[in-house]
Amino acid sequence: MSDTAAQPRDDDAEEPDDAANADGSAAADGPADADGPAAGPVSTGAESVVAALEAAGAETAFGVQGGAIMPVYDALYDSSIRHVTMAHEQGASHAADAYGVVAGEPGLCLATSGPGATNLVTGIADADMDSDAVLALTGQVPTEFVGNDAFQETDTVGVTRPITKHNYFAHGADTVGDTVGEAFELSRAGRPGPTLVDLPKDVTQAETDETPGPAAPPAGTDPDPNADADAVEEAARAIEAAERPVCLFGGGVIKADASDAARTFARTYGVPVTTTMPGIGSFPEDDELCLSWAGMHGTGYANMAITHTDCLIAVGTRFDDRLTGGIDTFAPEAEVVHVDIDPAEISKNVHADYPLIGDAERVLDQLTAAVREAPDAEAWRERCAEWKETYPLTYATPEDEPLKPQFVVEAFDEATDDDTIVTTGVGQHQMWASQFWTYTEPRTWVSSHGLGTMGYGVPAAVGARVAADTMGEPDRDVVCFDGDGSFLMTMQELSVAVREDLDITIAVLNNEYIGMVRQWQDAFYEGRHMASDYTWMPEFDKLAEAFGALGLRVDDYDEVAPAVEEALDYDGPAVIDFHVDPEENVLPMVPSGGANGKFATAEDQL
Amino acid sequence: MSGDSSDSRPATDGGVSEADSRPAPSEQPGPEERDHPEGRRNLEGIRIDPVVEAEHASRRAVISALVEDEPGVLARVSGLVSRRQFNIESLTVGPTTVEGHSRITMVVEETDPGIDQIEKQMAKLKPVISVGEVAGDAVTSELVLLKVEADDPAAVHAVSEMYDGRTVDAGPETITVELTGDNASIDNAIGAFERFGIVEIARTGPTALARGNTPTAPGEKPGTAGEPTTHDD
Repeated sequence: MSDTAAQPRDDDAEEPDDAANADGSAAADGPADADGPAAGPVSTGAESVVAALEAAGAETAFGVQGGAIMPVYDALYDSSIRHVTMAHEQGASHAADAYGVVAGEPGLCLATSGPGATNLVTGIADADMDSDAVLALTGQVPTEFVGNDAFQETDTVGVTRPITKHNYFAHGADTVGDTVGEAFELSRAGRPGPTLVDLPKDVTQAETDETPGPAAPPAGTDPDPNADADAVEEAARAIEAAERPVCLFGGGVIKADASDAARTFARTYGVPVTTTMPGIGSFPEDDELCLSWAGMHGTGYANMAITHTDCLIAVGTRFDDRLTGGIDTFAPEAEVVHVDIDPAEISKNVHADYPLIGDAERVLDQLTAAVREAPDAEAWRERCAEWKETYPLTYATPEDEPLKPQFVVEAFDEATDDDTIVTTGVGQHQMWASQFWTYTEPRTWVSSHGLGTMGYGVPAAVGARVAADTMGEPDRDVVCFDGDGSFLMTMQELSVAVREDLDITIAVLNNEYIGMVRQWQDAFYEGRHMASDYTWMPEFDKLAEAFGALGLRVDDYDEVAPAVEEALDYDGPAVIDFHVDPEENVLPMVPSGGANGKFATAEDQL
Repeated sequence: MSGDSSDSRPATDGGVSEADSRPAPSEQPGPEERDHPEGRRNLEGIRIDPVVEAEHASRRAVISALVEDEPGVLARVSGLVSRRQFNIESLTVGPTTVEGHSRITMVVEETDPGIDQIEKQMAKLKPVISVGEVAGDAVTSELVLLKVEADDPAAVHAVSEMYDGRTVDAGPETITVELTGDNASIDNAIGAFERFGIVEIARTGPTALARGNTPTAPGEKPGTAGEPTTHDD
């Protein structure tokens, strides 16, 4: 077994010939036709793994080679699955996550044992918090070495247990294909989430002729999509009787492909709509009924509506603390109708007066059918419209201050079509990207919400671009808004975008701070800028050029539009380093644990 | 493609120049200038009735789960309990007579919504077949092994008999007694043995079964945890 134990991890100097196959271009020959229920004949555990993935419909994988996963990569050599080699395993897990969000299919990522697997962890945890369907396959040392602290051994199943829906340790070549198929299906069954299969090298190397059977999720994990009919009737009566109803559409609406059902429900009964951040795009933000998203940096009018509603119709949301603020003041006078596929979310954070357990699309259809007359909410809609007038999302642009980051977001929104996919890192730039872009379609907002992973943006743009291309939509734009801090964390994936010739545009809103921390230091730590000063950033435009991408730098308002146009027109990855006002704050803001209705609109109100 | 905002002034939607009538954030009504509702929720997210403000008190509950006996199942359950900060007193696990199935019995101290959450989170674990709170009148029993100093063997024997104990090991230095019973009677017995000087102690924590035909973990199908018990004899 010394071949495994001594195997170098991604030592490309020794394997120049293999690099060609690993970069995905060689494996992509011929159209993928993976829509068969039964897998083809196999001769090893690794071939069984790949056959199961193909049979389940996987078209794309993101990963990094390494000793213990080599048998699986070898089996990918002849597969219809396109493999995109990433620069870092964290990038592979984020790319797979974003691919899944855009494509509506589980994302697939691969890594070797030990450091390969632990590098995936951030992306797996991110997918877990955002309920994204991702299957991670990790190499493992041969079974007989497990527990001996062998070279590149980590207890991957133990490490990822709390951040996966379920994980598996493969026990034999005869069953490994079925296990992988089950894990793939489980990731998207019911409430989606990440799954992982740990693949010891002896299992993938061993001979087998057991072809994996049709994949299915484990018993009991694919719940009834319909809510209880009596419960739906009761909820419908509450909605009819409401005077101040508001919808709150969460990420579950997008995952269930329930945007049409959500639009029909809200428009049929004239119910104003707020969304959560992951729910952005579930309802068009340019619709008269739409109040955009609520929460810490949500719109003032969404937070006012949530605070004053008497009937909150919440669909596919887990009432995260960034949404609710202090639980005591969250929608304090509302009866709550809570639709969710996961019974454990019902009354976890906010008590549900009308729990409806089921698939968002089906239950919204049930509700649309069950409500007999629209609630009498004309006065309420007018009040919501007044709040929209009183608390608009705006920003000041004094002549003597540097370029405002919000302006950059708006310039990109103006220059692109509605189907443009936006990815972000985490921080101030993420908030501006969500506030000052008008989202109208689901699966166009791709961000890290629950985990708040700085560095998500660039690998997510890679995953989103590959997904759009795979779906036959190469003309859609992919724009990544990133911060200087976030960009520095994962920008090595720019090398992948260059190698794969991916048409993405990265807008770094560079304020030379880890800006959200700086904002909090100013508000809550007496302006003591400990470790938040990022004046040591490299010149990102030159760095982009070094990678082989287009690199631009913008300092002033009049340079914005031409640079945006040049970057969007450029056929390949482009990076614009926007040097923006370092002192700009994200507003409005509900302080942690505060009342949503008491959002601050200026720093001195915090 | 691009807008015509090539002049030096912002021309897009949100940017407010001096000529714009829409208020910039700093000019919008502040938090204290707005209406705020009177209502409140408690920490469990339940709207508080101002007349009867009901806070849930925590209580002791026995939760039983029938699980697939696969590697790591105990780690999944205990990891869930610690990660979600559930207050747990004890956890026991043992095989059933059905191959591949085990029963886990947990004693928790939680509010009603907390107990509900434990059950629902447990139910999401793939190896958990069924889970629920054991009915209040269930049979619960715990085993303890008590090693005491053997200075007065007759007195140890007498106390042991009082609590239906059984001497399982006796030597010149120590006597080990085995006791079973519910939580409270075990506590009492330990109190009674303390005067001899307790050398070592090992307790299992309670296990439980529902009475009669009631399934122990709600939703559990008859026969999933044991062989059928009715015979035609």
